[in-house]
Parts: sequence; structure tokens; C-alpha cells
Amino acid sequence: MTDIRDAPHVAKATDGRLIRRPLSPHIGVYRWPVTMLSSILNRATGIALTAGTLLLVWWLVAAAAGPTAFAGVQAFLISPIGLLVLFGWTASLFFHFLSGLRHLAWDLGYGFAKPSLNPVTWAVFGGTALGTAAVWITAYSKLGG
Amino acid sequence: MAEQVKIMRSQLGRARGHGAAKAGTEHWLAERVSALALVPLSLWFIVSILSLLGAEQRDVAAWIRHPFNAAMLLALILATFHHAQLGMQVVFEDYVHGPRRRTVIVLATKGGALLLGLIAALAVTKLYLSPEIVAATGTNL
Repeated sequence: MTDIRDAPHVAKATDGRLIRRPLSPHIGVYRWPVTMLSSILNRATGIALTAGTLLLVWWLVAAAAGPTAFAGVQAFLISPIGLLVLFGWTASLFFHFLSGLRHLAWDLGYGFAKPSLNPVTWAVFGGTALGTAAVWITAYSKLGG
Repeated sequence: MAEQVKIMRSQLGRARGHGAAKAGTEHWLAERVSALALVPLSLWFIVSILSLLGAEQRDVAAWIRHPFNAAMLLALILATFHHAQLGMQVVFEDYVHGPRRRTVIVLATKGGALLLGLIAALAVTKLYLSPEIVAATGTNL
């Protein structure tokens, strides 16, 4: 111990030896609990969906403007970038939807106990994957690829 | 003197007039209620969009001309933008520092959400009221 700032970390082990107290890990070396990841993602998908409303407004306004403007939106939506945006939008919507249901259940006092916390959160991730896949498989089969 | 203190706030805090805005519960509840409304609305929207895949403008117009679809779309727009601005407000309140900057950004978000919602609602209304084009034989218009 050479630096005075290390003083709070000095402690005695049970056998009386002077040891350096362990520090609790920070985000970089911390194994993220799934609830932490889902909390961050709930907010991130909320922000993404807010941005996604621009797409909904554009789609509706173009439809109201007429066939030419509408064809422009549809052309964008089936372009690679458009499909990527739509895929992100679908996944965000399913995640925020299911995560939101989980939050509503918590607010009512259900499922907040430790045993159900992680399984329910994993179910949100699983449901997001299933829902997103279901929508895109339906879309793909309907448009015939 | 000390026994008479009944207010659990610092004198400086009282003088500055800061403290709870007394609107937190309302905000919290509105976020939940709009989320609840969005449960059936967004499910309906996903199913509708899937049924409209590859649709042309006249298909979308015909779909919106149906009163149920128009009403559901307007409800979806209302609930979506209400919920979005409530949520974004919390995000900005968490991450934007400085009361002036924060107030400006939150108000801009609310104004933007209101405008976008109105634009979307007007588009739906226009399509709802648009006359049905009866395809005459021999014309593609």
C-alpha cells in the first residue's frame, strides 16, 4: 500500500493478515442479469418505436396523398434498408409489447418474486423471437418470396 | 424551536419553491392506461398490416373507408402518440440535465407528438371520407 487513496481498501483477514479488500465488479466485468438487459431494452425499444411512428405517419400521409406517393413508400419499404427498418420495428414492437405486459403484471403485484423473475423475462425474449419470426414467415409466404 | 418543525423539507428548498410537481401519479397512471389500450390496438394493427401486404393505394383507401378500421386507426394513433410522449418525457428527464434544456426538449417532444398525431389522424380522416372509385369498364383509373 503506497497510495493514501487505497486506505479504505485495507482490511484484516480472519488470520490477522492485512489484505486488500475486494471491489464489487462494475458493468464491464459484471455478468448481466437478464432483468437488467430487459430493462435497458424496454427503454431502447420504446425510443426506437417512437422513431418508428415517423414511418407510420409517412405511410398514412402517402396513402392520403395518392397512388404515386404511396408507391414511393412501398418501394422504400421493400428495399434492403426498408426491410431492415421494418424488421427492427417488428422485433422492437414485440419486445416492448411483451415487456410491457410483464411490467403491467408487476404493477398489479404478480410475478415480482425471485423465482418467477428470470423465467418470465426469458419468456419475453422467447416470445419476441417467436412473434417476430411468425410475422416475417407469414409475410414471406404471403408475398411468395 | 426544534420541536415546532413539522415540515420535512429544508428551508432552502422551501424558499426556492422546488419539490414535487404533484403530477407524478397521473403521469404514471396515464402511461399504464395507454399501454393497456395499446395491447389490443397493436395486435389488431399487426394483423391488419399483414392482411395489407403488397396492397396498392386504392386497397389501403378501401380498407380505411371501413368505419371500424378508421376508428381503430384513430384510436391507435391517439394511444401511440400519448404513450410515446409520456415515455420520452421520462427518458429526457433522466438524461437531460439543466432545467431549461430539459423543459425545452420535453415540450418540443410533446409538441412534436401532438403534431405528428394530428397529421396521421388527418390522413386517416381524408382517406375515410375519400369517395370510392368505381372502376368503369375499360379504364384503369
